Amino acid sequence: MMESIIQVKNLSKTFENGVIALENVSIDIHKGSVFGIIGMSGAGKSTLVRCLNYLEKPTSGNVIIKGNDLEELSSYELKIVRTKIGMIFQSFNLLMQRNVIDNICFPMEILGISKKDARKRAKELLDIVDLSDKEKAYPVQLSGGQKQRVAIARALANNPEILLCDEATSALDPNTTKSILELLKEINQKYQITIVIITHEMAVIQEICTDVAILENGKLVEQGSVTQIFTAPKTEEAKKLIFQEDTKVLRMQGEHCVRVVFSENSAFEPVIGNMILQFKTPVNILLADTKNINGVAVGEMILQLSEKEEVAKQMIEYLKARKLHVEEVYNYGVH
Amino acid sequence: MVFTDTVIKMIIQGFYDTLYMTVVSTLLAYIVGLPLGIALAITDKKGIKPNAVIYKFLDLVTNIIRSIPFLILLILVIPLTKLLVGKSYGSSATIVPLFIAAAPFIARLIESSLQEVDKGVIEAAQSMGAGTFSIVWKVLMVEARTSLIVGMTIALGTILGYSAMAGVVGGGGLGDIAIRYGFYRYQPEIMIVTIVILVALVQALQGIGMMLSRKLDRRKLN
Repeated sequence: MMESIIQVKNLSKTFENGVIALENVSIDIHKGSVFGIIGMSGAGKSTLVRCLNYLEKPTSGNVIIKGNDLEELSSYELKIVRTKIGMIFQSFNLLMQRNVIDNICFPMEILGISKKDARKRAKELLDIVDLSDKEKAYPVQLSGGQKQRVAIARALANNPEILLCDEATSALDPNTTKSILELLKEINQKYQITIVIITHEMAVIQEICTDVAILENGKLVEQGSVTQIFTAPKTEEAKKLIFQEDTKVLRMQGEHCVRVVFSENSAFEPVIGNMILQFKTPVNILLADTKNINGVAVGEMILQLSEKEEVAKQMIEYLKARKLHVEEVYNYGVH
Repeated sequence: MVFTDTVIKMIIQGFYDTLYMTVVSTLLAYIVGLPLGIALAITDKKGIKPNAVIYKFLDLVTNIIRSIPFLILLILVIPLTKLLVGKSYGSSATIVPLFIAAAPFIARLIESSLQEVDKGVIEAAQSMGAGTFSIVWKVLMVEARTSLIVGMTIALGTILGYSAMAGVVGGGGLGDIAIRYGFYRYQPEIMIVTIVILVALVQALQGIGMMLSRKLDRRKLN
């Protein structure tokens, strides 16, 4: 059993206006993991991440960071805990009237670290985020990606053990998103910082997360490792999120459609080819794709099997026998 | 000849008196208005330390003083002025009502400047463990710097205008001269000269304030 760094227990949050943002959410985040929280907008994910550092106080339930229940901490102790939890935002939230290096020094100023030491640390951080040449620039002179890099450097200033990312790449273009995600991955691996990522994009989860929790209407609908959820999504919500990018797929109303997921070691045998040869019945490939899940190539295919009920059943059995994940799908990829 | 040496001397003295009243009462008003404005901004329900009781109280006091017309306030506070300054006329005496009128006005200007600060930046500071004091002095006051300076420029212009109004009750300064000579003695030339000087003064203050705020704003390229 891996060590937990954040435990959320039966957390609920109802706003003053009566809106229920979160309902009985429990999650367990392991030290060193990259934990994704995904959901459509309004699912309560931003509220959830704000509960993790008590920027939002839960109505009920507990948030336990490294064994400390935040509910039991004094406001002073809470501030100390917060200095060990970095946070970055969709809109970067840099101090617009301070230049890059002073922005990075800001959290250290709050902690009362001497200006000299803070500057030294800030320069190291600028190096990590690859912005050493922008030390004296003001945020307005930076691109979105550069601003987020400054925000990341700032969030790392006090050597946090946890980094919370609230839609950190949602305002960025795909290439910049990729580079920011790579930076986050590097930070996670190099400095063993646990990262919690809030996003509405499955691509972000696939790219760097090890674990994922799916939120819908304030409720946790599914959680597990990314590979597990991607290969065998149990709930409708999970399926919807996984298939969300496949907008190119038209409504598949044909009968006997199956989704087959290939893991890395199933590439040795030409499974589909052999199956066609064995049953002497063609199958229709409706979609074939390879996705990068956490650095592992995972193949996904949607097949329309024989119209004959009996043959289709046998084909499914055949695929299952080859240790592939097979699942019948109806109205697949509909939006 | 209207502009004798005496008149010119008097106008120069009036200029200094006006400047003196405006600057001193603005400074005094900021000493009270700044903490009051900060308190209003942070205790507001959207502020960083919401407190309905304190906010409502400060809000009420500020509104009451702000709703008294300055000319009436001028007369209303005469007993207090006499107590503090020893007389109710002249430029030093005018500082008392000017200060009372300006402090809540300045508090409102500061409140609105601080409210303009991006909530996300405040949230970021909170996420770093910043307390109320740090947020006020290192985030709010710095991020709102441009707007605070613009506010100060507006305050100076308004207080300058008020100081001239005090001329009606012998408040000293250029406004006093304009009323005494231009109105009571039918010497419009003198009134026009004082008006020109007042206009120039407001323009200068406005110009300096705007230049300063622009110069200190880092939100523009270059």
